[in-house]
Amino acid sequence: MDLINSPEKLQQLKTTLVNQKKAKLKLEHEGGRIQVKVSMSTCGIASGAGEVKDFFEEKLDLENINADIVSTGCMGYCYAEPTVEITLPGGEPVIFSNVDMVRAGELVNDFIKERKSAVNTIPHKSRKPGGAVEKGKQYRIALRNCGFINPEDIREYIAAEGYDALRMALTEMTPDEVIEVVKKSGLRGRGGGGFPTGLKWELSAKAECRNEKFVVCNADEGDPGAFMDRSLLEGDPHSILEAMALCGYSIGSNKGVIYIRAEYPLAIERLKTAITQAKETQLLGSDIMGTGFNFDIEIRYGAGAFVCGEETALIHSMEGLRGEPGVKPPFPAEKGYKGEPTNVNNVETFANIPLILLMGAEWFSKIGTEKSKGTKVFALAGKINNVGLIEVPMGMTLREVVFDIGGGIRGDRQFKAVQTGGPSGGCLTVKHLDTPIDYENLIENGSMMGSGGMIVMDEDDCMVAVARFYLDFTVEESCGKCAPCRIGNKRLYEILDKITLGKSVKDDLSGLRNLASVIKETSLCGLGQTSPNPVLSTMDNFYDEYKAHVIDGDCPAGQCRALMRYVIDPHLCVGCTLCMRVCPVDAVSGEKKQVHSIDTSVCIKCGACIEKCKFGAISLQ
Amino acid sequence: MAKIRIPQNKVEELRQICKSFNYDKNELINVLHSAQKLFGYLPAEVQELVAQELNVPLAKVYGVVSFYSFFDMVPKGKYPVSICLGTACYVRGAEKVLAEFKKHIGINVGETSADGKFSISCLRCVGACGLAPVVTIGERVYGRVAPDDVQKILKDYY
Ligand SMILES: Cc1cc2nc3c(=O)[nH]c(=O)nc-3n(C[C@H](O)[C@H](O)[C@H](O)COP(=O)(O)O)c2cc1C
Repeated sequence: MDLINSPEKLQQLKTTLVNQKKAKLKLEHEGGRIQVKVSMSTCGIASGAGEVKDFFEEKLDLENINADIVSTGCMGYCYAEPTVEITLPGGEPVIFSNVDMVRAGELVNDFIKERKSAVNTIPHKSRKPGGAVEKGKQYRIALRNCGFINPEDIREYIAAEGYDALRMALTEMTPDEVIEVVKKSGLRGRGGGGFPTGLKWELSAKAECRNEKFVVCNADEGDPGAFMDRSLLEGDPHSILEAMALCGYSIGSNKGVIYIRAEYPLAIERLKTAITQAKETQLLGSDIMGTGFNFDIEIRYGAGAFVCGEETALIHSMEGLRGEPGVKPPFPAEKGYKGEPTNVNNVETFANIPLILLMGAEWFSKIGTEKSKGTKVFALAGKINNVGLIEVPMGMTLREVVFDIGGGIRGDRQFKAVQTGGPSGGCLTVKHLDTPIDYENLIENGSMMGSGGMIVMDEDDCMVAVARFYLDFTVEESCGKCAPCRIGNKRLYEILDKITLGKSVKDDLSGLRNLASVIKETSLCGLGQTSPNPVLSTMDNFYDEYKAHVIDGDCPAGQCRALMRYVIDPHLCVGCTLCMRVCPVDAVSGEKKQVHSIDTSVCIKCGACIEKCKFGAISLQ
Repeated sequence: MAKIRIPQNKVEELRQICKSFNYDKNELINVLHSAQKLFGYLPAEVQELVAQELNVPLAKVYGVVSFYSFFDMVPKGKYPVSICLGTACYVRGAEKVLAEFKKHIGINVGETSADGKFSISCLRCVGACGLAPVVTIGERVYGRVAPDDVQKILKDYY
């Protein structure tokens, strides 16, 4: 590819590429070609998208069919991977679900060759930005290119107006004007805290530096059950690079660093490719587009520590130290990496920036609620039908997210709760279904926006066990620097563990609350200050469930094994004595060919009998 | 100081790695990533050598190695089994899958089987929540694993 050494060159190239793209979509006799897009993100590839893509390439080549096979990032339908989008010349794009090798063969024969009508497709209205914000529908700003373009080809990004915001800023705007637009848009940080992004840029711009300032992209995404940032980096890496350069221009920095967790090899690979391509074409590096502005980006790797997502810990980790957080203030914007002003933003925050500049602050600020502007990407997971990546305007209700977009609860189970904000957040329940989702409402209801993971639970999930799960996580991930977090969370975990094992006493309930509030108030960083939230929020919303465990020795969800009893169904038992013989403590009694019974006072609940019974006569109650 | 028992050619390679990072202390984590790629794990000797080369106290290197869960101080099995215990996998039954792996291989989390074939570790979310519960063995990702699948999966590696 040619160097893009002037702003005009970028515009010319864009026009050429857009025309090429249009030509491909024309009718066949006008030269149109079939477009096959295969979603090649981590979950797609794990489901076999790689082989499916190879198959399309070979088969269509063999059949002499004119087609372009393109790999894209995540289309958002994790529940239906591998997903493939096919556009026939002159037609509309159609997305097919669960395309394994058999189905790929059928698609080539039926849909592509014989032009039969499409079956098993995914409806995908409102996947694109622009147009109206509709109730219960997705609206894509951060994910505008994710699943549409090939993330490994910079030309596709340029054809989608990529680097145009950077061109505009460098040629037509002063740094202060860029900051002003970001401020006016009302964009707030998507990494969890919700700090106004424009304000942070302004602070970084004003901060005095000794040698240089830094722009850092936080791609540590440690919250379990969240994969928004991974999908963005895998699906549209250039948008992050462009936004970082824009940030660099406005705060006066020439150096960007992306801190990414090592668990994301594909995202790292795609980022490296994108950086190389951008440097080779002079869209990054020195003298960007011939404007004299220099901006370089390098990658730093995390090494598996959740706390490194916290910005001061992240900076320590970038310096090669243990990822322990520091005391704020001073904030990184004043004194961060190498003691210099450092502007840290989350991946999704950055992903919004180019479009905000192109479409204007006013456009962006019209979307969302009064205090939370724009959209939010959520990773829907757990007991929901449509597990996947979605982007919705702020202010959408939980009901619309879970039932309209998420397709409701798996199987014929009941909705019980959604955990948002991961180990720092809390749960929302049936009574919150109609609450509009924004930063303030979530906090008011004892949860928080967090980074955007949403884990849906049904009545089979025990909320005490869920709280224990998160505390187990926190205990493991606490860095150990401050005592309330290191010792307090361990104690909190022990009490929860006792409750799920049926060994608790009544005082444990008030003990939990007291300990939780001490940890919240006295911990050094955001990890400890928020780690008791899952406990407090489940206690607030499901106190009866806690009481059932502690007072009645019962787990209503039927999940805590220790609180269950093994029972033999007299109608199914044939008296084969197998269970009697495997029971290590002789808790089963009964004669041959007679119904057996289990003495629950002796039973140690090892489960050996259930495994051995051939008649399904033993169950947990 | 422990005697260096790692092969001489690898010692040289590790020195080269440190050099390629300009002996920069800020690059300690990246150096350790490369070293782990080279040796498969980070035994005391490797940490000592890195400390020497970058001119930082050994305690600091050890502090970093023990802080981050990505770094291992014992060798992993030939087929490292990792069970994702992220929230999405957890609510879809990952704990039962883990129990099944422990039972069949006969080791605990963090251990390596006596024949050096398998090791078990737990992951915190690989971000493939659509496939929960997720298990990885080496580079291969298994999705929607049920406890009953475990025996069948392991068969491929015997
Ligand atoms: C324990 C903890 C973990 C965090 N993890 C992340 C993370 O994985 N990704 C992220 O972007 N921000 C994370 N944050 C928030 C960062 O400290 C910081 O606020 C954020 O990166 C700022 O970017 P934003 O303003 O664009 O959101 C975490 C905070 C805490 C306290």
